[in-house]
Amino acid sequence: MTLGLSLGIVVGYLVVALALGLVAYRVSETTAEDYYLASRSIGTLVLLFTTFATLLSAFTFFGGPNLAYAAGPEWLVVMGTLDGVLFAVLWYVIGYKQWLIGARNGYVTLGEMLGDRFGSTGLRALVAGVSLLWLFPYVMLQQMGAGEALVGLTNGAVPYWGGAALITGFMILYVAVAGLRGVAWTDTLQGLFMLSVVWIAAAWVVSSLGGVGAATEGMLAARPEFGSFGGGTYSVGFIVSTAITIAFGVTMFPQINQRFFVAKSAATLKRSFALWPVLVLLLFVPAFMLGAWAAGTPVTVPENANVLPVVLNEYAPTWLAAVVVAGAMAAMMSSSDSMLLSGSSYFTRDLYRPLIDADASERREAWIARIGVAAFATLAFVASLFRPGTLIEVGDTAFSGFALLALPVICALYWPRTTRTGMIAGVAVPQAIYLAVVLSAVVDAVPTLPRTVAGGWDVALGLMLLSGALTVGVSLVTAPTEEGDASRFAVVSD
Amino acid sequence: MTRSRSDLVWIPTFAILVAFAVPWPLWGVDRVVAGLPVWIWWHVGWLGLCAALFALFVRSGAWERGMGRRAADPVDGTGNGAVDRGGDRR
Repeated sequence: MTLGLSLGIVVGYLVVALALGLVAYRVSETTAEDYYLASRSIGTLVLLFTTFATLLSAFTFFGGPNLAYAAGPEWLVVMGTLDGVLFAVLWYVIGYKQWLIGARNGYVTLGEMLGDRFGSTGLRALVAGVSLLWLFPYVMLQQMGAGEALVGLTNGAVPYWGGAALITGFMILYVAVAGLRGVAWTDTLQGLFMLSVVWIAAAWVVSSLGGVGAATEGMLAARPEFGSFGGGTYSVGFIVSTAITIAFGVTMFPQINQRFFVAKSAATLKRSFALWPVLVLLLFVPAFMLGAWAAGTPVTVPENANVLPVVLNEYAPTWLAAVVVAGAMAAMMSSSDSMLLSGSSYFTRDLYRPLIDADASERREAWIARIGVAAFATLAFVASLFRPGTLIEVGDTAFSGFALLALPVICALYWPRTTRTGMIAGVAVPQAIYLAVVLSAVVDAVPTLPRTVAGGWDVALGLMLLSGALTVGVSLVTAPTEEGDASRFAVVSD
Repeated sequence: MTRSRSDLVWIPTFAILVAFAVPWPLWGVDRVVAGLPVWIWWHVGWLGLCAALFALFVRSGAWERGMGRRAADPVDGTGNGAVDRGGDRR
């Protein structure tokens, strides 16, 4: 009975979210003749939440509480620092600059912007290719998260693959039915809904445990080391390298980076900037503390399950647990959808058109994008069945891959002397090395290369430095190409 | 439009805001205050401080000057011809 109720709520909610996307799409269709251009009119609340929606992923809802449950509540500090503060600063340094340049030159994708600046189709395709590569594990992460969430919610009655398949089906359906014009305000509704529901859930669990003080006491009785800051997993190296790689990585995510081009006005970006740390905290505190407090409760988390649904099942009514999981899955679906949409624009604009068929009709392009999205999501689903790591590990791999793009991009944005060769070296070399490190863990035939060195320092951080050094160094020894035009990135026009 | 010298103070300010969002001085401290470990309160308070200072950064006009623009510049810029003089803020 309760199993039926839980599943009914989850599937029902996903259907409602799908219908909402469809309605929003129909409503906006006439005005949003061109999705990307129309998007340049996005206002503060929608920009804030559509960016926020990227946080509404399996990484936050499930991976974060899992890590807090296993290793302690320090994860709150790591994520708060990187997302609330460092990302906000980068929002200005990278985002505002890109917005200024993009508004003047009409760019829609990162690859397009760099390709135009350096007069290089190759660079454009390289950046798009690298972005799609790392988008793959992040989409896979959502499928893993959904699979594990349903295992937890139904006590294993729904197998892992079932949950992963369910969200994959809805992802593809969402893109196919709601069309290739993502609707930012569904993200906004989902964001507001999830923010409220997570707080209600936290309040419910905390009051069942006898209040915040009692919950913390229980946690400390079971895991005394959770009380003191640092230690265990949370070495200095881990905290610093995780915060830096993820924050820089987030700015290079296709759906986030594309948001930098779409704000209606500078005022929109400014307001979002100042509100950001508060919004981040509002989401992370209840989500991650629930995970940490769960360590002090007698609940046992089944293997391959997420702690959040398990603890809600124990301390909150079935319907509330189901609503939280359903809301999280719907939010993950719409986030994945905006990732897939941005990814498809990278694919068609930066790879397919420049390299394969410059004269493809819009109709043809739309179909290629749809098929591409379906194939991409299906492949990610297949890969998710192999469960190559924890949610945090898989997410961190994706973030680090994107982070390696950030320093070359900052160089290009701020240093007119940057050359095409410098950019290509700065992007390609660290990516190749990092890919080798990641693949060595997956392929049995080769020895696994270390991901961290000297007590938790991520090799990706070193590769980030290498990417910056290569971009600067190679730029200094090569001459700017004739096709390049540094004035494209000047903020004040001539 | 050149950036005023006092705006430069934002660079170390941002560096400190990022660096101490992690409660380093409380490393290893396990005191519980008002139901939560004290370093969580540090973090929560610090992010509040960040929000306030970010708002000040925007309001003071340093946001625009940092990119070499005047506060009232239109998007396409009609400044005095000076290109952005760099200014990676981090």
